[in-house]
Amino acid sequence: MNVVGFRTLFYKEVLRFSKVWMQTVFAPIVSSLLFLIVFGHVLGARAEPYAGVSYTAFLVPGLMMMTVIQNAFANTSSSLIQSKMAGNIVFLLLAPLSYLEFFAAFVAAAVMRGLFVGLGVYAIAMWAIPVPFHNAGWILLFALLGSAVLGALGVIAGIWAQKFDQIAGFQNFVIVPLSFLSGVFYSLHSLPVFWRGLSHLNPLFYMVDGFRYGFFGVSDVSPWLSVAVVLVTFAMVSTLTVWMLKTGYRLRD
Amino acid sequence: MSAIAISRLHKHYSTVHALNGIDLSIERGEFFGLLGPNGAGKSTLINIVAGLTRPTRGSAAVLGHDVVRDYRRARRLVGVVPQELTFDPFFTVREVLRIQSGYFGLGRENDAWLEELMAALMLTDKATANMRALSGGMKRRVMIAQALVHKPEVVILDEPTAGVDVELRQQLWRFIRRLHAEGHTIVLTTHYLEEAEALCGRIAILNRGEIAALDRTERLLERGIGRTLRLRVTTQAPLAGLPPALVPKLRAQDGNRLELQLSRDTDSVVAVLDALRAHGATITDVRTEAADLEDVFIELTRAQRP
Repeated sequence: MNVVGFRTLFYKEVLRFSKVWMQTVFAPIVSSLLFLIVFGHVLGARAEPYAGVSYTAFLVPGLMMMTVIQNAFANTSSSLIQSKMAGNIVFLLLAPLSYLEFFAAFVAAAVMRGLFVGLGVYAIAMWAIPVPFHNAGWILLFALLGSAVLGALGVIAGIWAQKFDQIAGFQNFVIVPLSFLSGVFYSLHSLPVFWRGLSHLNPLFYMVDGFRYGFFGVSDVSPWLSVAVVLVTFAMVSTLTVWMLKTGYRLRD
Repeated sequence: MSAIAISRLHKHYSTVHALNGIDLSIERGEFFGLLGPNGAGKSTLINIVAGLTRPTRGSAAVLGHDVVRDYRRARRLVGVVPQELTFDPFFTVREVLRIQSGYFGLGRENDAWLEELMAALMLTDKATANMRALSGGMKRRVMIAQALVHKPEVVILDEPTAGVDVELRQQLWRFIRRLHAEGHTIVLTTHYLEEAEALCGRIAILNRGEIAALDRTERLLERGIGRTLRLRVTTQAPLAGLPPALVPKLRAQDGNRLELQLSRDTDSVVAVLDALRAHGATITDVRTEAADLEDVFIELTRAQRP
């Protein structure tokens, strides 16, 4: 194993987003807090989604997870498409890194960015809105798994896309709708039966729901079911990613 | 053991056969030139050796390590300077080199070598400059340093002097010669015949995915390859006819402009001009050019015909 190589690629990917932190870390935190202010203000008077949990408190973990998800995806997909378009990906492809090291380093950096922005949202929101901590283990687990799935999905998008347009399309027509419809802003119990059933097909729902369980100890579905669904999703997405890297799909044609 | 051993190598894209059964062995310590016009398959060939492209059939190995099956060891032994001028705009020169060195499994213990490389390539005072702020020539030199971070025994340069000014070309030549003198095996692709002539001990000429010629540089030149000269003559008025001796040498005629192909060894420019003058022509302009690869291919294909 090329441990130093893996560590270097991970470090390089983290360094890349930290050098432009205003855009990659600070901006998503700000937009997430804007959602919190606007939705919290407009809908704050609504009935409590769960007994004893105010709507604004309910919103905080959802927005954290949405930000984690979107930024994990953005990190890998934009890094890959940029270095593909600029051509400098060649220096990475010349290196003696295995496809697993490649995969792990990219996904780990995406997780890192996800955790940064998630923590940032929490660190600011906690001053205004008290959110309980039911179980830190579930919180961390879902944050890690959620950002890993989306980081891997970003690798797929970054390898598949041949122009920036296609990445934007993937982001706007897949990632954003799925994350908005994952129960960030509402409890699935408030939805009509048809939409509730449809939401249960969205893997991002389980990430948000399980993550929220970690804070409140209540959720729409059991956290065990959520963790199972997210794990299966991760297995599927990473198998596809690793297969693409192993065969050299669109990278070593 | 060969530095690079290529056996029955094919690369087919959906309809294009970029490489059509290449067999080639480059020995350790050679200075090898890979020549050919655009689209001949030079870059495809070295991309396969570098692991950037997967072969359709056949195999390639670096110092005995197959570039697909044993890619880790093969890649550690080869340094590649890609043809396209590319850089990562996020990092400084020193960061770029440290990152590249890290990819090869090398840590801080390699820093001294990286500083040495920067010094040799006159990059030291740009070490903390962002890649974006560098001139084209400096970016090219960073790419060379990137290829050498892991002290590879085999160094492949894909058209390192394409679009480079005269001064940088001289610098690069000096640097590459030094690498060769230090024991590196050098493979250079170029479409400048004179560059290969000046640097390479052995040359392969690639055409349409096949090796059209492979020999020691001086032997290729002895065979007459590269000994042709193009002569362009402009006369005051279009010529009615040519002196019979010049007819076989005529390549193109457009009004009052003539293009003749001469042998550097047996023809004399002055004699040709005299013959034209004796034929009644008033010459207003004369230009000569060294043969380019196109001429070499014409010669080669001519030579191959029975």
